[in-house]
Amino acid sequence: MCGISGILNLKNPASIDTNNLRRMTYALRHRGPDETGAYVDNWIGLAQSRLSIIDLSSGSQPIHNEDKSIWIVFNGEIFNYPEIRESLAKRGHKFYTSSDTEVILHLYEEKKEKCLDDLNGQFAFAIWDSNRKEFFAARDRVGILPLFYRIENDRLLFASEVKAIIEISDTQTALDPVGLDQIFTFWTTLPSRTAFAGINELAPGHFIKYSKGNNISVNRYWSLSYNNELVQNDKSIPQFTTEISELMKDSVRLRLRADVPVGSYLSGGLDSSGITAIVKNDFNNQLRTFGITFQEESFDESDFQHLMVKHLDTNHSEVHATNEDIGKYFSDIVYYGEKPIIRAAPVPLFLLSKKVREEGYKVVLTGEGADEIFGGYNIFRETKVRKFWSVDADSKFRPKLLKKLYPYIFNDKRLAQTLQSFFKVGIDDPGNSFFSHIVRWNNNTKLKNFFSEDFSKQIGNYNCFDELKSLLPEDFDNWDYVYKAQYLEIITFMSGYLLSSQGDRMAMANSVELRVPYLDHRIIEYMATVPSKFKIRGLNEKYLLKKVFKDLLPKEIVYRPKNPYRAPIRNSFFNNKSFDLHSVLSEKEINESGIFNPGKVKLLIQKAERSQSLSELDNMAIAGIISTHFLQNHFIKYKKLIVPEEYSFGTFIDKRNQIN
Amino acid sequence: MNDNVNYSETIKDFIVDNFLFGDGEKLATDTLLFEKGIIDSTGVLELVAFIEENFKISITDEELIQDNFSNLNAIGNFLKSKNNRAAS
Repeated sequence: MCGISGILNLKNPASIDTNNLRRMTYALRHRGPDETGAYVDNWIGLAQSRLSIIDLSSGSQPIHNEDKSIWIVFNGEIFNYPEIRESLAKRGHKFYTSSDTEVILHLYEEKKEKCLDDLNGQFAFAIWDSNRKEFFAARDRVGILPLFYRIENDRLLFASEVKAIIEISDTQTALDPVGLDQIFTFWTTLPSRTAFAGINELAPGHFIKYSKGNNISVNRYWSLSYNNELVQNDKSIPQFTTEISELMKDSVRLRLRADVPVGSYLSGGLDSSGITAIVKNDFNNQLRTFGITFQEESFDESDFQHLMVKHLDTNHSEVHATNEDIGKYFSDIVYYGEKPIIRAAPVPLFLLSKKVREEGYKVVLTGEGADEIFGGYNIFRETKVRKFWSVDADSKFRPKLLKKLYPYIFNDKRLAQTLQSFFKVGIDDPGNSFFSHIVRWNNNTKLKNFFSEDFSKQIGNYNCFDELKSLLPEDFDNWDYVYKAQYLEIITFMSGYLLSSQGDRMAMANSVELRVPYLDHRIIEYMATVPSKFKIRGLNEKYLLKKVFKDLLPKEIVYRPKNPYRAPIRNSFFNNKSFDLHSVLSEKEINESGIFNPGKVKLLIQKAERSQSLSELDNMAIAGIISTHFLQNHFIKYKKLIVPEEYSFGTFIDKRNQIN
Repeated sequence: MNDNVNYSETIKDFIVDNFLFGDGEKLATDTLLFEKGIIDSTGVLELVAFIEENFKISITDEELIQDNFSNLNAIGNFLKSKNNRAAS
């Protein structure tokens, strides 16, 4: 895993400032502390900072083909590289390293963009063909690894993280009002947008192509799809269970390929427990595991975690997330995450990766993606309940099924009535593209009431729902309704938040690579053929996955109620001696930033000071406002990094005199 | 819904998985679901939602009476009579 960056001249050859490449690389040094390397000619500069995991001795980047005309910088892992390499070697390709990076390069030589179809992995890479003057960059299917770009003054600037682009950009960076409008609705920007004006993210499953004399183009090579005819209605539950089990084992097997030891996150939930059990039983008896415990009991899962540690007998380390630490490190995680967040949950994951690194590990497996792919979230169950209700919107009984999801609230008659009307929104239109998410998104939209008048004016009439609709596949409205909900959750929450703000960015902040077995594309594609009534049986979430793990895990883990992973917000920022709330949210700061309404922010603070039990929305507002403040501090009031003079590329290939 | 569908097995499996967490010995076709505390008022809605999804039928508020769901036999009879009515 690594950080990659580069500068490409789009019109004419011109000198590439190698100092700029150096600064970009330095900005990404947390992603790759082990080595640095660069290639430069008069069209392009490619740079890389490396975290060495495969081929420690000879995998230094950039890597070239046989005649040194094609060069690659690569962030990620191609898990099936030995198999691809073998077939390439049979066809005459010569390799000078044993790395996966070199395999991509030769596959690209043969197949151009079609090479992406063969790759099983998590990746972002950039390739330069110096003879043809062709540039190619791509990102993995669901966006496990990041890649950003900006087009400025006839140059393409690209990097694993936005900070490297900002570092050398000629344009003054500003927050993007539309990006923020999206984040305060969906928790994340929609594909290709970021929180920063003019800086784009290469969307998951997409590639960028450029050749001299042509414009840059961005194309999609993969997407989740659904087709009624592919759904295997005649298959039985045991058949599905067996096939999923085999796929899971193979996915884990591939993800243990590394030249350094691989550990595993273990939370005590079904997903990470299942992965850990597979590793322990089938592959590595000396497994090292890592988990989070919380100071606040209502967030803590240590009982389940300890049960699993005992059950599997792993060598386990814990990080104890205190409220004080969550407040204390919040600024850091915004620096690494690079977008406003309306949760505090990334912080403990940041602390966890720090622990992993301290214990000498660089790579860990995690359970991310299982909820999206196998149907684990409450939002899917809620969708099923609302669909059940929509059969007869006036039924006295049907809405009472909501009690199954929210038992405590529904025990209070008055609250039950309010909540019932809350969930009734859109109940008469079950075919709506956003039927599954409309209740939640409508609720989040209220966060935007905190925007200042000026900032709201900048957003203007922009409608984020229209934009999301324009991103959906043409036949989306004909899809199965649970699968539609999964799709929406995957392209918004999973790619934009879970794999990023809670995933790669929190791990790479401490130079740790995450590997996500549930997001092997073979599993994702397979699950598209499973009838949704089996994914969530009645309201029993992740039904098939529970069947897969039934014999591997203690009954308490398989049948336990699912708790979403969360971290306390209000209690982390208020009365915290390591977090200076009143200077962060002072009227002066809020006025200066111009994004939020100072009067409303003041009232919110007063409310939070009075009451420990704030609504979910108030908590989200607090995190959103504070994180936006830090984002501005880190990136808008940005001062250039001071790069130490001795910081230079370990490998430096200079072709500025040869290639024009 | 066709006559050959074996509701009983599917529904029994669902109840065992969902309300008894795999503990199937406790459930006979005449076990009283409410009296034994296997299913409560929310549980019966869960069961109805499951039946609707899996057998592609729709159950009205009027049919949602305890007699129709008191045990596996009653559920089977209710669905059969509903099916017969639909067929005739």
